[in-house]
Amino acid sequence: MQIEKAPTLTLTPADAGAAQSVSAEGIWQVHALAQCGKIKALTRTFKTLAPRAESLTWDLSAIETLDHIGAQMFWNAWGKRRPPRLTLAPNQEEIFRRIEAVKDTAPRAPRRSPFQPVIELGLAVHKFGEHLLSFVKLIGGVALDVVRFARHPALGPWREISANIYHAGFQALGITALVGCLIGIVLSYLSAQQLRTFGGDAYLVNILGMAVVRELGPLLAAILVAGRSGSAITAQLGVMRVTEELDAMLVMGISHGFRLVLPKVLALAVAMPLLVVWTDAMALIGGMIAGKIELDLSARYFLHKLPDAVPIANYYIGLLKGATFGVLIALVSCHFGMRIKPNTESLGHGTTTSVVTAITVVILADAVYAIVFSNVGFY
Amino acid sequence: MAPRPCDPQAGTVVQIRGLWTRFGRTVVHQDLDLDIYRGEILSIVGGSGTGKTVLLRQMLGLEHPAQGSVCVFGEDIGQAEHEQLQRMRNHWGMLFQHGALYSALTVFDNIALPLRELRALPEDVVRDAVLLKMSMVGLGAEHAAKMPADLSGGMVKRAALARALVLEPQLLFLDEPTAGLDPDLSDAFVELIQTLHAELGLTVVMVTHDLDTLFALSSRIAVLAEKRVIAVGPTQEVLQVEHPFIQHFFRGGRGLRALQVLDQQEQ
Repeated sequence: MQIEKAPTLTLTPADAGAAQSVSAEGIWQVHALAQCGKIKALTRTFKTLAPRAESLTWDLSAIETLDHIGAQMFWNAWGKRRPPRLTLAPNQEEIFRRIEAVKDTAPRAPRRSPFQPVIELGLAVHKFGEHLLSFVKLIGGVALDVVRFARHPALGPWREISANIYHAGFQALGITALVGCLIGIVLSYLSAQQLRTFGGDAYLVNILGMAVVRELGPLLAAILVAGRSGSAITAQLGVMRVTEELDAMLVMGISHGFRLVLPKVLALAVAMPLLVVWTDAMALIGGMIAGKIELDLSARYFLHKLPDAVPIANYYIGLLKGATFGVLIALVSCHFGMRIKPNTESLGHGTTTSVVTAITVVILADAVYAIVFSNVGFY
Repeated sequence: MAPRPCDPQAGTVVQIRGLWTRFGRTVVHQDLDLDIYRGEILSIVGGSGTGKTVLLRQMLGLEHPAQGSVCVFGEDIGQAEHEQLQRMRNHWGMLFQHGALYSALTVFDNIALPLRELRALPEDVVRDAVLLKMSMVGLGAEHAAKMPADLSGGMVKRAALARALVLEPQLLFLDEPTAGLDPDLSDAFVELIQTLHAELGLTVVMVTHDLDTLFALSSRIAVLAEKRVIAVGPTQEVLQVEHPFIQHFFRGGRGLRALQVLDQQEQ
């Protein structure tokens, strides 16, 4: 790139006499203006000149090259009309004619209403109601699809279900094993220290078994699956909306509910209980290792004691929780995925909201289970 | 083959010498040469999959040559420093095939983005400059606050063109400017580009399939086939070249009809 002559404004004569004139020189192109960092100084000069733009003589004919942005700066300084004494080069005439032709009719930012907070609250309530309504509709749709599936199982989306079980279940085995095992170790260490104070070392199995089988196993698996598969489902549906794949499916007469939502719901309903079993096992193994190290409880004792310490009903509750959480995660993710609008911001926002809502709903359901089964599974 | 360095001559904006492009084992361009001169409208034509868009991407520095050099404004794109490349990028505009408007920004913010990115211009100048560009491409100010998703195909193209023009580029790249537009809109778009070319003195490099657009706009045509440029020159000259692809492409049914229109216009 050649070295460019910087844009300059010269005021002659310098003293504030009667007939002052402004002459501009150099390259008044957007790059030259932006590059040399002179724009601040120029803006300041323009500001001092603007009030008396009418009385000045403007000479732009010495400008080497002028583009629309440079011309716009003059135009704005002149108060958006031509000053009476103006000299232009012939090729600059065209640029100013074009600027002159623009009608400034762009809508300005709307004025804020004094009731803005009230309006926002109302909109938020309305939006919540809308979410609730479409979520109920989604559940209803899934229920109908389940009936349809039960009537003609051979025509069901088996491939999609199996693919979803693979992605949401099998591929999550590693991470759930790692997290489950670590939580088991942490819990075991923590309880062991407290129990030793009271001489109740033997009760480690009770505490660990009950906590993991009834609460932590299902919850951990659900939170990991919500983060892994929930976000993936929402993003997948969102991108399908952006690329008009969802519309293409509708046009071909393929129902979204039957081919997209139902397989995900069923797959998670199957995969989650299995993941709960796996996470439970891993957490107990982790606890067992820590118990051996910290309290010198043998694995044989641990396994022998476990059935007595934890009634089998807890295990069933855990599995039921797993299936429920799976269905809830799939429904919430599909709900948010279907609502994504075809732009990138909505995609990001929708995925975040989906994961946060899925985890919240899972914990909410967990609380409901805790209340409903408060008398089940204890001695 | 030894790489030939580019020797910037007066009047060449883009100079491609011995360009090879490879994707894995597929060779897209093989020893391709092309010159683009200041102030012309050069159209690149060729069958599907002959690497027209890839050639455009090479000029923009979005692809890297396996061999050879691509010089824009006398600088080798492959060798250019980051800052040089950045400065160059402010001197060209690109109209992507599908507009590539930022979907999270309004039309106004899309067009204003390159100006604001300079971090130098006062906001009122930005605002007026954007409105000017919108009026130049025939986009009413009432569309300023709309999101790209709410625009029709023709308006997306116009908004994208306004964005490509907002930094007053010397060099404008157009990828299929009229694809997906109805004939009426296509004609209007061709006219728009013609006017802008005449008024702003742009150099335009265009990839197109549309023969009407091609004949109406181009000052020269470069035909891409067999992994290189088989013919380049003014329309009538290229038409005379004896090559199966050229005869097929221009002398097919659609080509003849478009040529008839061209001849009538000339008379």
